[in-house]
Parts: sequence; C-alpha cells; structure tokens
Amino acid sequence: MPIYGTALLSICLIAGLIAGRLIGMAVGVDANVGGVGIAMLLLILASDWLRRTGRLKPLDESGITFWSSVYIPIVVAMAASQNVVAALRAGMVPIVAGVAVVVVSFALVPLLSRVKADDVGTSSNTASRGDE
Amino acid sequence: MSELVDALQSVLVKYSLVTAFAVVGTMVWLSYFVSRRLTLGRIHGSAIAIFAGLVLAYVGGVSTGGKKGIADIEMLSGIGLMGGAMLRDLAIVATAFGVSLDEFRRTGFSGIVSLLAGVLLSFAVGAVVAWTAGYRDAVSMTTIGGGAATYIVGPVTGTALGASSEVMALSVAAGLVKSILVMTLTPFVACMIGLDNPRSALIFGGLMGTTSGVAGGLAATDPRLVPYGAMTATFYTGLGCLLGPSLIFIVIRALV
Repeated sequence: MPIYGTALLSICLIAGLIAGRLIGMAVGVDANVGGVGIAMLLLILASDWLRRTGRLKPLDESGITFWSSVYIPIVVAMAASQNVVAALRAGMVPIVAGVAVVVVSFALVPLLSRVKADDVGTSSNTASRGDE
Repeated sequence: MSELVDALQSVLVKYSLVTAFAVVGTMVWLSYFVSRRLTLGRIHGSAIAIFAGLVLAYVGGVSTGGKKGIADIEMLSGIGLMGGAMLRDLAIVATAFGVSLDEFRRTGFSGIVSLLAGVLLSFAVGAVVAWTAGYRDAVSMTTIGGGAATYIVGPVTGTALGASSEVMALSVAAGLVKSILVMTLTPFVACMIGLDNPRSALIFGGLMGTTSGVAGGLAATDPRLVPYGAMTATFYTGLGCLLGPSLIFIVIRALV
C-alpha cells in the first residue's frame, strides 16, 4: 500500500532530523546539522535493502514517488512564500553569486577531465562525440 | 455579488492547502507551456515556474507589507504550508529514492571528486560574494553559499541554521540564476571546456549540480550526454544538504 512507502519516507526524514539535531547539540551549534542529507542516505540504504529482499512492492513505492514528483511544485510554493521584497534591496547579490559560481565551475570542467581517465567503466567505450 | 465573493473567500481560506495545490499546479502548467512555446524548451519549465513564484512573492510582499510573500494573502496562505520546511524536506528526501547504490559506484572516482569540488567551490564562491555584500555572519554566508550550490541547498541550509527569510530568498534567487545560466550557456561553452564525451559530462554534472540546469544544458548540447551529467547531478543536492549545515557551516563559522 502507498502509505507504507510514505511511512518509510517519513520515518527516514524524522530519524535524519533527530540525528541532525543531536549532532548539532554535540558540536555546540543551535542548528540541524545535515539532517536532510542524513535522511536521504537512510532512504537510499533502507529502500535498497527492502527492494533486494523483495519487501518493497511497486504499490508501496508509489507512496514515495508521489512526493518526489511534486518536488518542483513545492519548490515553486517555497519561492512564492519568501521575503523577496527585502531580498531585492540587496540588489545584485544573487546575480553576482550565480554568475561567479557558473564561470568558476565551467573553468574547472577541463581541469578535472584531465585527472587520469580511470573510470566511467564500460560506458566510455560507447563514447559518441558531439558534432560541434 | 458580495455574497458570492464572501462564499468564494470563505471556501478558499478554509481549504487553503487545496487552494495552494490548484494555484501552484496552474502556475507550473503555464510555465511549462511558456517554456515549450516561447523559449522552444531552451529554458526549462521548472526554472520559469520558480521565477514566477519569486515574482508572486514580490507582489504579495508589496501588497501586504508582510514577510511571507504571497502567503501573507489570507486566501493563499496554504502556499506557505505547501512550500514550508515540512513538506519541502519530505519531497527533497523522496527524490533520493530510486538512486541505486550500484549507480553511485559507477560514477567512480572522478564523479566523487567533481561532486566534492563542485559543492565546496559553490559554497566558497557564494560565501565570499555574501561577505563582500555585507552579509558577514556565518549563517547568512553559509545560506547564500548554499544558494550558489542549488536553489534547494540554500533554503534547506538556511532553515537548518535559522537564517532570515530575506537571506533565504537571496539564496533561492542565486540558485535560480545559476540554473538558468547553466541551461542557456552550456551549448555555447561546450567545445571550449571539452564537453563532448560521457566522462566530461559526468564531471560537468558533479561540478554544476543543478539538475534542471545540467539536464537542460546538456540536452541542448548533445542529448546523448544527458544521463551521464544527470547521474552525478542527482547526488549533488543531497551532498550539499549534508555538508552545508554541518562541516561547511562549522568551517565558515571558524573563519569569520
């Protein structure tokens, strides 16, 4: 049943957030330290294990896939409820930050590509070059 | 007539979350329509939809004088619930589902290096820009740095650290600028940065991280490269959410 998937997802999120809270307390930060990231790891591990042991049915999975499919609409709602008026007073910050990070990241692509051609495994055999 | 308005208003206020689904769904539909028809798919529908969300938040802020964007309008208060930390984190964690461990192993060494380099670099660049602009507390610097990673990492980091809504809006906007730039510029710089094989596409995805930007940019460059870039990019937001409000925040706090 879909609710099993949603319950698994919720348990992972809550466990991750509690872990993040505890880590925060341990390092003396009043914040949730990495909780959402921990929850994602938990979900990957839990669903991998459940699927391998055949205990996660397609119908159960739909209770998780629904939430990942409404991710963009939820981000749109998040954007629509931010204090944009105050942010606009900061003017160029988002544009400068966005442009700077893209330029630096583009520049790094050829540098990292040169670091030994070790992996990508079999897929690099099927490498098909672009036309430009 | 005013009875009709009253009836409408009372229903919309009482069922505010349902109203939000209807409004946001319509916005997303319109944005994907604009993406297909007016930009010929060059700018992904999701980026247009998020931009429309920011515009709506501005309209709400100007018309009500509040701090919660369009959610300050009573009828649309459900948008605040829909886009609040609770449902947002649930949806973000759900996106990790379907990532198989085998796939992660296949990204190999260069995939992991590019992911780490991409996440750390984005935070560093964003934090420096924030600092130069006068946001000199560690929480704001980390949150804006997260926005320079992706428009998800920013607000997730900001919520975890207790950043102000203003700083969170900045981080969303920075992430959006990045996503749109990657989508539109990639085909033009592809040959300059050697983006013409699966290996460099994989590294590209790990460095850029914005899934919509990477997928859109690679699709416009060479559609065969999309799965390689998207594979590493899908790990990026998770890694950012893990490292941002933890290691990176602690380092930035120690520096300032």
